[in-house]
Amino acid sequence: MATNVNGMNPTDIKDPNYFHKVVDCQWACPAHTPVPDYIRLIAQERYTEAYMLNWDSNVFPGVLGRTCDRPCEPACRRVRTEEKPVAICRLKRVAADNKGDISDFMPVVPQEGNGMKVALLGGGPASLAVARDLLPFGYEVHLFDRDQKGGGMMRSQIPSFRLPAEVLDEEVDIILNMGVHAHFGHEITSMQAMLDMGFDAYFVGTGAPKGRGLELIGHEHVSDHVSIGIDWLSSVAFGHTTKIDGKVIVLGGGNTAMDCCRTSIRLGAESVKVVVRSDFGVMKASEWEKEDAMGEGIPIINNRPPKEFIHENGKLTGIRFECVEPVKGDDGRLKYVPTGEPDVVIECDHVLMAIGQDNHCPWIERDLGVTFDKWDCPELDPDTLQSSNPKIFFGGDSAFGPENIIWASAHAHKAAISMHLFLQGQDLKADRPPEGVNLISQKMGMHEWSFDNEHDAAVRHVVPQVPHVEALKDVKLEVELGFDAAAGAAEAQRCLNCDVQTVFTEKLCIECDACVDICPMDSISFTANAPEDVLRQSLTAPADNAEQDLYVSEVLPTQRVMVKDEDVCLHCGLCAERCPTNAWDMQKSVIHVPQLGTFAE
Amino acid sequence: MTFVAKPKVHHPALKLNEIGLNRRDYEGAVSTLCAGCGHDSVSAAIIQACAELSLPPHKFAKVSGIGCSSKTPSYFLSKSHGFNSVHGRMPSVATGANLANRDLFTIGVSGDGDSASIGLGQFSHIVRRRINMMYIVDNNGTYGLTKGQFSATNDLGSTSKKGVANLYSPIDLASLALQLGASFVARSFSGDKRQLVPLIKAALLHPGFAFIDVISPCVAFNNHSGSTKSYEHTRGHTGSVVDADLIMDHEEITADYAPGTIEDVKMPDGSTLRLNKLEENYDPRDRVAALSHVQQKAQEGEVVTGLLYVDPDATDTHSVLNTPKAPLNTLTESKLCPGDAALGKINAGLR
Ligand SMILES: Cc1cc2nc3c(=O)[nH]c(=O)nc-3n(C[C@H](O)[C@H](O)[C@H](O)COP(=O)(O)OP(=O)(O)OC[C@H]3O[C@@H](n4cnc5c(N)ncnc54)[C@H](O)[C@@H]3O)c2cc1C
Ligand SMILES: Cc1ncc(C[n+]2csc(CCOP(=O)(O)OP(=O)(O)O)c2C)c(N)n1
Ligand code: SF4
Ligand code: SF4
Ligand code: SF4
Ligand SMILES: [Mg+2]
Repeated sequence: MATNVNGMNPTDIKDPNYFHKVVDCQWACPAHTPVPDYIRLIAQERYTEAYMLNWDSNVFPGVLGRTCDRPCEPACRRVRTEEKPVAICRLKRVAADNKGDISDFMPVVPQEGNGMKVALLGGGPASLAVARDLLPFGYEVHLFDRDQKGGGMMRSQIPSFRLPAEVLDEEVDIILNMGVHAHFGHEITSMQAMLDMGFDAYFVGTGAPKGRGLELIGHEHVSDHVSIGIDWLSSVAFGHTTKIDGKVIVLGGGNTAMDCCRTSIRLGAESVKVVVRSDFGVMKASEWEKEDAMGEGIPIINNRPPKEFIHENGKLTGIRFECVEPVKGDDGRLKYVPTGEPDVVIECDHVLMAIGQDNHCPWIERDLGVTFDKWDCPELDPDTLQSSNPKIFFGGDSAFGPENIIWASAHAHKAAISMHLFLQGQDLKADRPPEGVNLISQKMGMHEWSFDNEHDAAVRHVVPQVPHVEALKDVKLEVELGFDAAAGAAEAQRCLNCDVQTVFTEKLCIECDACVDICPMDSISFTANAPEDVLRQSLTAPADNAEQDLYVSEVLPTQRVMVKDEDVCLHCGLCAERCPTNAWDMQKSVIHVPQLGTFAE
Repeated sequence: MTFVAKPKVHHPALKLNEIGLNRRDYEGAVSTLCAGCGHDSVSAAIIQACAELSLPPHKFAKVSGIGCSSKTPSYFLSKSHGFNSVHGRMPSVATGANLANRDLFTIGVSGDGDSASIGLGQFSHIVRRRINMMYIVDNNGTYGLTKGQFSATNDLGSTSKKGVANLYSPIDLASLALQLGASFVARSFSGDKRQLVPLIKAALLHPGFAFIDVISPCVAFNNHSGSTKSYEHTRGHTGSVVDADLIMDHEEITADYAPGTIEDVKMPDGSTLRLNKLEENYDPRDRVAALSHVQQKAQEGEVVTGLLYVDPDATDTHSVLNTPKAPLNTLTESKLCPGDAALGKINAGLR
């Protein structure tokens, strides 16, 4: 391709990343779930297919449709065109809730094994997803977990009012029933012992199980009334704790804090307050988790670092907090400075510490060739997730610290490819399946596209919930009711079909301006080429969002170039409809994300 | 023809003009013309010009005749007044509308068939009468709507889509307008909004008859290699003599042109018409020289574009006829009925 000395180079649309990036949600999803594809299936009421498309990519659609951290939603193009993203996550749940029999779609696990055995340590989402990817290749898969059931923190941490046990059981069992040799109730105390069992490869998916505590003044007198959040949540999950009395303070501003406070009021706490050292805007908890907690009447008190436990006769009575306020430093970061107000004491009878989790695997002997960094995380090749002991792979929270379920699935796919290549004696990097992209024209007739390109201006639909009075009485009652089929179909219509790409063919263009004139978003320009920063300001509308690419053509007969700003394109196809020569065409991009199943065929 | 409505949502950075509207507010219905028709670009240029001038859409009267070009007033300024008249008769309607309400901006859009064939007589007389309006001809050298017959502006020897040559020499409407006394004459190309939009702005605010001949290719019937009104031919055979830029009185005048090529002409409403002379020695205020230059270039197969002629002291029909200063619909009974005494005087004068 010709290089422009004075301007941008023509865009290489064969680079799979180019159009992948345009599908903002799929690009943002760690597992790269083909979002618009499944949303269209939901609109067509093809729930089973929509479910399987998800299952293939993220392994736990029913769970994730309720609990995903949804990095896709803030990325959704709708945020840039009209504020609220498509309810991508809750649409996943619509697919899961309405799906039919999936047995016909299940991958075939060969009767005859390939003679190799792998061990999966831990039974959380990471290990389960590795099992699913490896089983169809004939590996004998053994899974070890100290718990009595699979699911990891999806079971021990995420409260049932967000994720009912039946939903979790179903998706865990799908995998276990593919032929996993599950060893539940098996506490792993030595990696050496595991190696001695003679597996051909190991996957460590034991999570980041250690909850952080805070040594405040007076802690030693009140330790009976102070619990680590994640330990307390798992004791609730496993039925060891069924109530909490008196006034509860939850310390911390992440999602664990939100689960702790919402669980507390359901277990009978007289009052619950969340107290956070930092500002509301920088709390780690997702927007919707905060909204749900506050919606249940739980106050969130910010800018209050704890100083000491107050106690009388060995009984906790409250916590003393300092009053600070956030000030933006010269480096742009928030610093907290005392406001000068007197300390405040908030009364309480019980404290739940939800201030973070750490990686912790003391049972991996440090002489096995697996090196660890100073945060006790294993040193891994980020592309393969192989540790410095070539037989041992990591994924999920155990790899780089606490993340979430969708990252666990993404790691699992990556690790499974690596383990397979390793066991087949291939190179983990050179032989990895590449990313790819296929483009398929969606034109069916003069004005007929195989996708629904009419823009739906509807605002985001709200997911209905059980009334608070009922919800707060029962820790097991799922709060969200989910979209029904009709609301799901309506919400699905909001998707902009970002995977149906605008593809430009310069040799067909007669530079008639029809596309420029019709484009509702002023996305298209014909202009003199220039360096990117100059070009961004010389378009029909300024292209100020540098995170979104400019699609630049080869030089046209008038010596100009076509420049399309991908930022706020609606994928409405009007440019292609108004183009007299088909120089614009709407083509569906199918992004091939490497996964074990996809390169086996 | 497009079946999907253009979404109402717009670019988040789209600016509001001085009267709180954005460019999209000046649009009309979605075009039913062929995809790629030059006429749609002319409509887009009108939309952009009106939005940039912050003119209120309800202060416009759009008039047209018959033809694809004459359909286009539906596709811009949906919140204005309009009348789609009969073939070649737009000038009569425009004259009536403008005489009745001089406060409206009158925009006439016509085609080369509508104005140079069936409507040539009406065209000549509206120029002569100096109606205060912007008269645009979307000139594609063909009768687009009736599927591609040669029009009277089609060049001698230019061929039809099937390869048959045109046997007659063309009428040049810009030359005609110059000869008949238009006080603003310009020519442009639908594919060159950089030139066209400022010309439309200047024409809209021109206090007399402003004519713009816009070469506007017909993709369906006159965009082939034998055509002299195709996108490609037009790009290769046009040259601008003077580019115009209208600078409103409150706008800062910034000069980034080569010295000597710029001339600022003060307009009666306080705005400045900036003339960027691309052709040395061309004086856009010399009607005879303009006509001669246009004709000379035409002989050479070149089409002169830009602001061909402007009379900064233009006047219009209302001043010729000394009509009331206010629109007729605002005249009260006392103004319209002068009373017995006045009538007696008039009658006495006729005895
Ligand atoms: C309170 C809370 C709420 C959360 N909510 C969400 C949410 O809504 N959405 C979301 O996406 N993520 C959420 N997460 C994070 C999510 O649960 C984890 O990121 C995810 O489960 C990690 O998966 P994993 O497979 O890596 O490990 P885990 O799920 O932690 O599984 C590890 C498994 O290994 C077992 N194990 C560990 N050590 C040993 C040992 N020595 N011997 C035997 N077995 C062992 C454990 O019993 C466990 O079953 C939440 C986390 C917490 C703490
Ligand atoms: C009185 C009358 N005569 C003939 C016609 C048929 N007719 C319709 S449009 C047209 C020519 C239009 O050509 P032009 O003005 O150049 O418009 P274009 O479609 O090319 O834009 C003709 C002859 C008519 N509608 N009315
Ligand atoms: S509009 Fe649809 S396809 Fe586009 S980013 Fe949002 S969810 Fe994804
Ligand atoms: S699909 Fe085409 S017309 Fe529609 S917004 Fe994108 S660039 Fe503009
Ligand atoms: S026939 Fe020609 S003039 Fe009429 S709409 Fe089609 S391209 Fe335009
Ligand atoms: Mg015509």
